[in-house]
Amino acid sequence: MKLAPLAALAAFSLLVTACASRPDETPVVEETRDDEVVTDNRPAGPVPGSLDDFEQNAGDRVFFGLDRYDLDGASRETLRRQAAWLGQYPNARILIAGNADERGTREYNLALGARRANSVRDFLVSQGVDASRISTVSYGKERPSCMQSTEACWAQNRNGITVITSGAVS
Amino acid sequence: MRFLARLAALLGMITALAAAASAQSGDGPLVVTVTEGNVDPFPIAITDFIGEDAESVETGADIARVVTNNLESSGLFAPVDQDAFIEDISNIDLRPRFADWRLVNASALLVGRVSVDEQGRLLVAFRLWDTAAEQQLLGMQFTSVPENWRRLAHKVSDAIYERLTGESGFFDTRIVYVSEGEGPEGEPTRRLVIMDQDGANPSFLTDRSYMALLPNYSPTNQQITYVSFRDLQATSYLYDLQTGRQEALFDGSNAAITGGGQSLSARFHPNGRELVMSVERRGRHDLYGFDLRTRALRQLTNNPSDDTEPTYSPDGEQIAFASNRSGQPQLYLMNADGSEQRRISFGEGRYTSPVWSPRGDLIAFIKQQGSMFSLGVMRADGSGEERILYDGYFVDTPAWSPNGRILLFTRGDYSANGTRYSIWSVDLGGFNLRRLPTQGAASDAAWSPLLD
Repeated sequence: MKLAPLAALAAFSLLVTACASRPDETPVVEETRDDEVVTDNRPAGPVPGSLDDFEQNAGDRVFFGLDRYDLDGASRETLRRQAAWLGQYPNARILIAGNADERGTREYNLALGARRANSVRDFLVSQGVDASRISTVSYGKERPSCMQSTEACWAQNRNGITVITSGAVS
Repeated sequence: MRFLARLAALLGMITALAAAASAQSGDGPLVVTVTEGNVDPFPIAITDFIGEDAESVETGADIARVVTNNLESSGLFAPVDQDAFIEDISNIDLRPRFADWRLVNASALLVGRVSVDEQGRLLVAFRLWDTAAEQQLLGMQFTSVPENWRRLAHKVSDAIYERLTGESGFFDTRIVYVSEGEGPEGEPTRRLVIMDQDGANPSFLTDRSYMALLPNYSPTNQQITYVSFRDLQATSYLYDLQTGRQEALFDGSNAAITGGGQSLSARFHPNGRELVMSVERRGRHDLYGFDLRTRALRQLTNNPSDDTEPTYSPDGEQIAFASNRSGQPQLYLMNADGSEQRRISFGEGRYTSPVWSPRGDLIAFIKQQGSMFSLGVMRADGSGEERILYDGYFVDTPAWSPNGRILLFTRGDYSANGTRYSIWSVDLGGFNLRRLPTQGAASDAAWSPLLD
């Protein structure tokens, strides 16, 4: 029961970083407007050390099973990349937000979100990130990434999201 | 005779409830007589209160309208259609023509008068009559400033309710809830709203610059606690509704709590001077008592799991709470000092959100089983069987009426683009399901005690 969504999550966790708010929609070509293509002369890929760099190359979030806050293999992989990135940019400070799906009561989900945020925090600290650079918050079920009433959407909302709050390259 | 029979039936139902309530020992299942049949609502004729001048006449009609709505929405009364009335009341100090009121099947008759005294104060007098026995059941007068006419109508309603049911009323009360919406950039907003129990006079208590969740009312005065996100994490706040003053109960610098974690929904001791709440330290949540006068903090539970949603018994001697110490959330009971912790829910599913009834006998809870959520009540000692009052797609945050007869709860209805939240009420028998008149998406109701 618990393994199926975890496996599915591992599969689309990369996809999510590209389209966090609407995961069910595959990126479509017409979203790229002509004028942007013409005027954008920057080199391909995000600026190293930027927020985009963190999100795309480290991955800004990990996912949890139903009512769980332990990290699976894919999540630990993502967090190792986050730790490496943070090691490269030692001025960066982070906020870890723990989130829960909407299929639980409000206060219980605030507690669960705190557990998830702390799981992420503890792992990053174990990977050498200084605890003083990290703060945590639980949003419970109040800040869903995905708004649809589907299991796939709820699975995405059971997460820990790492946000660079300062020290990123702009 | 019919009046007496109906009244007896009504009181019989109440008595059955009380009997179910007082049967504490574990001899068989919870008494379910209450749920086995709805009692016919009690027919009452509510006339427009009379007045000497146009303004008083208008206020009199408004008061009758508010009283009618109150009594009707309680589910225990059936106001008779005013169009059927035969006698036109012109003087409330004369005996009504009882036969006229019996003819329209009114077992009780309410007549009243509105006037303004030399100081400009509003005087509302009324008489409640038994049309069968042809006797006065109640005669009272309330006085206030004219702007308070609605509150006087609620006090009239409470007096009638109390006289006819033998229970205290709940109409002169307020409800605080969370209004859910979106800000200009699509960000979620959660703002506290206060309104009269019947939905009148709504106003915001908080702005959209921070989320506000999980309000709880003091049982003794106009204070609430709630969870605020203004400190960059969930933090228990005390909000004095009379002064508007707010204060964080924990700011992470409190010596007794290290780690700067979140503090969740704080519930009042029945004395109104102490609180109990769940406080986080490095992900784990324990329960703490907090004295509002001495600011002393006392740790009550201490285990590696999450203890949340504490609620005092009305005698202040026990605390019920939710904990996942057995793996998934279940309900527990302990003494107010934290001793003798024991589990009281053993049914299938996940149990959260316990709220102790002001009558003391029952604990309301939310049960989640598969994809179904239920609002239920169980005996406070965990004996007997639970009684489910409502179930559906999503249910959360029960809140009792001050007389313990009605429960408010958050109900979520499925929609493809996100659950739609609203607040509903249901009585202790599982009857009289009604939507609370709120504007927009609403959740997390808290019910005030009777106002002074």
